[in-house]
Amino acid sequence: MSRKTYEKLGREKLQRIIDTCRSVEDRSLDPFLIDVNSNIGTIKEYFGEWKVPEDLCLDAETLHHIASVVKLQSEWVRHRSTSLYTDPFLLEDKLKRMDKSEIARTFLKAWHPLIEWEQLSLQSLTEAMRYWNTLIPLEERWKETPPLEVAAESATREELVRQKILRDIAFSEELETFWNELKTSVEEKGKEGRIRYWDFIGADSYDETVDRAFMTSFLVTYGYATLEIYPLEEETFLVPFEKPVVRSGKTQLISIPISVSFADWEKWKGGELK
Amino acid sequence: MSKRKATYAAKLKRATHLLFFKRHVKPGVKGWELRKALGSDYPKVLKIMDDYLKALDLEVKTIFEEGKQIEKPSLEQLDKARFYVALRGELVPKEAKMIGWRIDDFAGLAVAIAYIVSRKGRASREEVEKLLREKLPGWKVGLNVDRYIRYGYLTEDESGQLYLDWRTRAEVDQKSLIDLLLTAETKS
Repeated sequence: MSRKTYEKLGREKLQRIIDTCRSVEDRSLDPFLIDVNSNIGTIKEYFGEWKVPEDLCLDAETLHHIASVVKLQSEWVRHRSTSLYTDPFLLEDKLKRMDKSEIARTFLKAWHPLIEWEQLSLQSLTEAMRYWNTLIPLEERWKETPPLEVAAESATREELVRQKILRDIAFSEELETFWNELKTSVEEKGKEGRIRYWDFIGADSYDETVDRAFMTSFLVTYGYATLEIYPLEEETFLVPFEKPVVRSGKTQLISIPISVSFADWEKWKGGELK
Repeated sequence: MSKRKATYAAKLKRATHLLFFKRHVKPGVKGWELRKALGSDYPKVLKIMDDYLKALDLEVKTIFEEGKQIEKPSLEQLDKARFYVALRGELVPKEAKMIGWRIDDFAGLAVAIAYIVSRKGRASREEVEKLLREKLPGWKVGLNVDRYIRYGYLTEDESGQLYLDWRTRAEVDQKSLIDLLLTAETKS
């Protein structure tokens, strides 16, 4: 057997001893189940092999657990020699066979309850009075906050626009303006009657970019423009129509998800995204 | 009444007030408290009191530190001991019910104490509950063990081990309980 294998075997044996000792300590098992002499023999056998601190610590830990078991053995002997010693299994068996009321009656013979009277003292009365005097009446503690009274009156259109309930121009009007902007952009910056998607929706701020992407999605859905997608090249173009195209009910419409994340927007700003 | 008798009569009254009325979280009075209130001859006052209580089936009980039994205690050991007034004799089942405990509760407590005593004063809660479940409804077992802990009969450590607590040491004659259980005649 090679030295390495021998050391490995030694470590395993010590760990096994520790585990067995632990189970005796934790589960209150009979400590005489452990053969102390044989375990000490194992520790001695491998002691000369340990060179690194980890192995020496393992050796010390094993010895520590064996010492704990020896202590338990001593306590065990002492307990057995006392008048309180009872074979736990015998007692358990007896308890299982006894009737509930029989057990209770037996207990009453060995039970001498304490006499204790609880009473008010001058000190507790003083404390209670002090508490009572500082206690705020319920009326004040549970006072309800009256609901805020608001008088009903008519709101102006400007107020509703300010509160973003209404838009300042009608949506269709806004969509047409956006369509015209797309056509102008294609003429100015586009090629072959189309423009790169990000070149059109991209704006100075991320919020505005998202807003433009949102409006673009309506341009495509309502037939003001269409998308040309080249998956291999990872390129997307917007192509505006001269006149809005009415979609026939026979053609299957598909949804195309396009990510407009903040990271994408940053890439576009840095010229990395086209 | 002689001056000596009058002094002891006054001390006896004071001792009765101290021992009967609960002054701390736990009932009973420490030896050093009695010495402070009654003087260094407090063991003699307690002896007179015990004689008086005999007629009422009560007794003055001394519980030494860690529940040890000491034949001839020193003054120092007495100072550290706790003194209680307890029932001298036994309660009959009918009287026990008046305390507010059901027969199941007494039986459960007896089983838990006996089991822990037989396991050298320590047993896992799991094992005790398993044994209790043999005779008590499952939902009640956990509640009962909690109750025994709350009343000071048992105590539990963080690893779920149960031990006997101060009230068991003060109220239960453990040796007598074990002997009675082992010698009880079972129906089967």
